[in-house]
Amino acid sequence: MSDSVPEAPTAATTATVTADGGAGESGSTTGATIELENLTKRYPGSAAPAVDNVSLEIKAGETVIFVGPSGGGKTTLLKMINRLIEPTSGRIRIGGEDVTDMDPVKLRRKVGYAIQSSGLFPHMTVAQNIALVPKMTGWSKSKIKARVEEMLDLVGLDPAEFRGRYPRQLSGGQQQRVGVARALAADPPVLLMDEPFGAVDPITRDHLQDELIRLQRELHKTIVFVTHDFDEAIKIGDRIVVLRERSHIAQFDTPEAILTNPVDDFVSGFVGAGAALKRLNLTRVRDVEVTDYPTVQVDDPLQTIFDKLRDAGTNELLLLDKRRRPYKWLRRGDLMRAKGSLARAGTLVHDTVTRDATLRDALEAVLIDNAGRVAVTGRRGEYEGVVDMETLMNSVHELLDADRLEAVEHQHELEELRAQQTHQEQEGEGGPKA
Amino acid sequence: MNFWEYISTAHQQLLADAYQHASAVFQCMVVATVIGVVIGVVTYRSEWAGNLATTTTSTILTIPSLAMIGLLIPIVGLGVPPTVISLTLYGLLPIVRNSIVGLRGVDPSLIDAASGIGMSRMARLAKVELPLAWPPILTGIRVSTQMLMGIAAIAAYASGPGLGNEIFRGIASLGSKNALNQVLAGTVGIIILALLFDAAYVLIGRLTIPRGIRV
Repeated sequence: MSDSVPEAPTAATTATVTADGGAGESGSTTGATIELENLTKRYPGSAAPAVDNVSLEIKAGETVIFVGPSGGGKTTLLKMINRLIEPTSGRIRIGGEDVTDMDPVKLRRKVGYAIQSSGLFPHMTVAQNIALVPKMTGWSKSKIKARVEEMLDLVGLDPAEFRGRYPRQLSGGQQQRVGVARALAADPPVLLMDEPFGAVDPITRDHLQDELIRLQRELHKTIVFVTHDFDEAIKIGDRIVVLRERSHIAQFDTPEAILTNPVDDFVSGFVGAGAALKRLNLTRVRDVEVTDYPTVQVDDPLQTIFDKLRDAGTNELLLLDKRRRPYKWLRRGDLMRAKGSLARAGTLVHDTVTRDATLRDALEAVLIDNAGRVAVTGRRGEYEGVVDMETLMNSVHELLDADRLEAVEHQHELEELRAQQTHQEQEGEGGPKA
Repeated sequence: MNFWEYISTAHQQLLADAYQHASAVFQCMVVATVIGVVIGVVTYRSEWAGNLATTTTSTILTIPSLAMIGLLIPIVGLGVPPTVISLTLYGLLPIVRNSIVGLRGVDPSLIDAASGIGMSRMARLAKVELPLAWPPILTGIRVSTQMLMGIAAIAAYASGPGLGNEIFRGIASLGSKNALNQVLAGTVGIIILALLFDAAYVLIGRLTIPRGIRV
């Protein structure tokens, strides 16, 4: 099952875009399919099963989120995939291979596992924690060492600084990153994450979510992610499984479809209010038009700045610092009022977004900065362009229109499906739960 | 003859007794530690087994040491055997109890993580649970040692080794001019040994408790 599935994401997910390039060059294992077949978990002494006859197919390279109210059995369902909880009946297949009866220890070494509050072992250093699974699978020392560095790099921590630290010397967010690094260390095709960002503050959580999205774009693992936060689900997931009690699947679809077309009251109740606003979370700055904007740099001579202001045809200029990072918005007349001193003129740039940021982040930044636009920056914070209010409004309108159209089509399909089912049931071939 | 004069004349005997005392306690501690930790490991996951182990070992501790040794003499004879057996039995309680408490105190999410990343039961125990439970276990060993230092003195009653001989000799010859000196020398010797052992444990703690969980 460690075999990589050659044509990883056949799904029409965002992953397909970079699948050919990214996966090949690093030589890492991409995702494998996960099939759950009639999985049931019955605890002795309780009449109703905790997980009741769940069947689910997760495509290779896909990020699938289990979301639902707490106590709904989503963690139980997740833990059945690596058999931390043994199913009472049903089959589990990973990458086409039936793993229901294989040695659970072997199975788990091929399935990455990251949990809430990181689960790092406090008596081991960061490097020792990450090296655990490769060590158990018998990698050579030098290979493990190189891998630890690589993993720390991957999750955005400087190996030289963090290698020798103990978990308690890290912030919550850093611990969580190391937790993900440990889960990915032996390059498993599948990664299970059980509310991994549940215990960190909202700002850090936001960062970690962005990081995970970036990671997944590079790695194309099959990720199964449990959360009770629907906003987190739509942000990260390619597809979302909304679970109601006893892990019954209420809806399994793309975030867009669930937002615009929740199947029943349970799902729409869970989606919550403000679906249109949430829709903004599903589109990233890279998907909308980033326009160029007249800029000047702090060490440009004043005359150049005046000329630019005159020629630009806009009321404002974006002033960049020496490393080309957005620094200030300069308005016409600002320089005059500040008597020609760049240090005093203009208003500071409060917030910038990267191309990975969601439109919601962008909108927020536009609303906070009274410039009516937000600067888009690259990896090192350098200026790349701007997104303005108008672009945002237009994209949202387009998105919502497209969604509505899709929802109508979807409705038709569903109705046809239902018609077929009723037809079958009338013929006496109804499902077991009829 | 004052106390210091007595020490200087009898120092060879005293040193030999002190060495034997320390050696007996040390060896019994090693055996008690091994047995105690094994009992802890075997029983900690079951509520009743753990309670049974703690209750049994604490019952042993309630038996007066003199009585215990007295009871052992007809079975195993005089000398070293009753000393070793009784010291080991007395040493068990703190170690068993702290092992169970320590192992049960390991954060369940860490055990979940350990299993989840593919550790076998043995690996989980050796690499995660025991290292994390080690500080309380070491405390148990420390308490045990202090206790055995005192109890070992009673061993002389069964012709066992150690500084207890000095004390018993003194008690037997009460009224003679060296009686008090003998009792005092034995007692002070035991106190000094106990302090030395305790210092050693502090050092062992520094060396064996990983920096990540040191308080």
